Amino acid sequence: MKVKREQDFKLFLYILPVVIFIIIFKYLPLWGWSYAFVRYIPGKSLAKCQFVGLQNFRDLFSNPIMQKNILRVLRNTFGINFVAFLFSLLPMFFAIFLSEVRNKRFQKVVQTATTLPNFISWVIIFSMALSMFGSNGMVNSTLKALGTDAKVNVLTSNKHVWLTQVLLQQWKMLGWNAIVYFAGIAGLDQEIYEAAMVDGASKMQRIWHITIPQLIPTYFVLLIISIGNFLNTGVDQYLAFGNALNNDYIEVLDLYVYNLGIGTGQISYGVVVGTLKSLVALVLFFIANTASKIIRGTSVF
Amino acid sequence: MAKTKAKVKLTREEIIFNIITCTIFSLIVLVCLFPFYYLFICTISNAKLVDLGQITIFPIGINFDNYRKVFGIQNLLHSAKISVLRVIIGTSLTLLVSAYTAYFFTKQNMWKRKFWYRLVVVTVYFSPGLIPIYLNNRMLGLVNSFWVYIVPGLVSVYNMILIKTSIEAMPAELEESAYLDGAGYLTRFFKIVLPLQKPILATVGLFSAVQHWNDFFTTKLYITNTSLYTLQFRLYELLNQVSAAAQQIEVSGMDSAASITPTGIRMTLTMVIIIPIMLVYPSIQKFYVKGIMVGAVKG
Repeated sequence: MKVKREQDFKLFLYILPVVIFIIIFKYLPLWGWSYAFVRYIPGKSLAKCQFVGLQNFRDLFSNPIMQKNILRVLRNTFGINFVAFLFSLLPMFFAIFLSEVRNKRFQKVVQTATTLPNFISWVIIFSMALSMFGSNGMVNSTLKALGTDAKVNVLTSNKHVWLTQVLLQQWKMLGWNAIVYFAGIAGLDQEIYEAAMVDGASKMQRIWHITIPQLIPTYFVLLIISIGNFLNTGVDQYLAFGNALNNDYIEVLDLYVYNLGIGTGQISYGVVVGTLKSLVALVLFFIANTASKIIRGTSVF
Repeated sequence: MAKTKAKVKLTREEIIFNIITCTIFSLIVLVCLFPFYYLFICTISNAKLVDLGQITIFPIGINFDNYRKVFGIQNLLHSAKISVLRVIIGTSLTLLVSAYTAYFFTKQNMWKRKFWYRLVVVTVYFSPGLIPIYLNNRMLGLVNSFWVYIVPGLVSVYNMILIKTSIEAMPAELEESAYLDGAGYLTRFFKIVLPLQKPILATVGLFSAVQHWNDFFTTKLYITNTSLYTLQFRLYELLNQVSAAAQQIEVSGMDSAASITPTGIRMTLTMVIIIPIMLVYPSIQKFYVKGIMVGAVKG
């Protein structure tokens, strides 16, 4: 018994460096939350900053400019997520219709082409978009060559920003997001289809009555995950595509935290907003997980 | 045999269905690939015509001046070196550490294994936030250090879970025989587990390499020393300041004849960054369905 115990502990010693690493890089940053309770002055250490209690939080809700900014970035975060939600069934239908294509070679080509954009960064995508939609880009040159005065101006306009950004996301990720549905379709029982064919069910009827019902649970799980994650938009896309003209509609919560804390050096306010975000995200995560437990019987995470 | 032949005869509905879906999918393919093609033809066309927006579908005045001169931008070769170093060092160390962690977490008899495993995995779902992490890394001396690219991402929990799932699927007898021969944990890890896990390591490694290559935000957040800039960040900068790049070329002594323009340089740099991705893409494609399925099984 004693030997076994030693053995157990020796194994722990192997993993100890990893645990220490995780604590230093993932848990230790929590001390940064204390910046939310001081009046931060650049260049001064935390200990020398004046402790102000919850004043920064109160400022957030009473300062009209801050309030306006927060409402604006929350509106953008919700807006972009809502538009993305309208497209959320697209990967499923993409996978369903592509798997109905008989020519396997064509199927493969479509998959290869649509998955490629997932592997390039938002900076590259912005550079490409500039070539396509810039003032001398492909689209505007073609319009000019056709003799129209119309100009496509999606990159430097504050109209339809959410839709533009979501369409770009679709361009990047449609093929990638469809993969999980492909896997789902590949796992479906073929006998049901054969039985339906014997009964004279048409292709659309088979898709509607057999394929879709079996993929819907996957759709709901992914939807729940995305709801649990919707505050975590990341900044890459919005940093790359943001400019002075569309900033009012493109600045999402994550980007705002970055701009506030790093861009303008208001560390305290940045931490306040970031902390509130982390807490709300955690609550959303638990709600999503519980919802999944109720709907599916198992938790997502 | 007769049955399959009968199936080949398509109904009217199916023919219409096929025509519609194939047309739509062809359009989608075109939309996905055309930007890549367009970027490429612009980089090899006459730069002035590109600037005037005269290039639409075919290249005009084919030349490779852009590619010859893009590395004339100040320190661009150096940035390329930083990018490559980051991908190589970052990917190999992440793989090694993630696999090491995964291996030891498959050992059920570790002291308080469940607790340590949870402590590690929870970090996927909860982040202290961007600024606290920044402050922490600053305190650790990672600002303006090459290691900020490597160290914070050493233990990739998601990759660790993928590798762990794969190790658990391995027959236990393989390790047992080595154990009976007196091999310690590390010997077994390096000599038996790692070689047998090549497929999953290749998958995870390719994804992690692409991630390293594509990241520009780390540079934006932590690096002000220009000698540590990556290619992605150089492009990001260039996009924010196209005219400044034109000046840089002049400063560096390249003759800025009309054959190159800021637009041309920007497009060429974009192409230079895409090409390595294109080169590894076929291997990635071979693996990704598998990789995702492993993840899906684990949930």
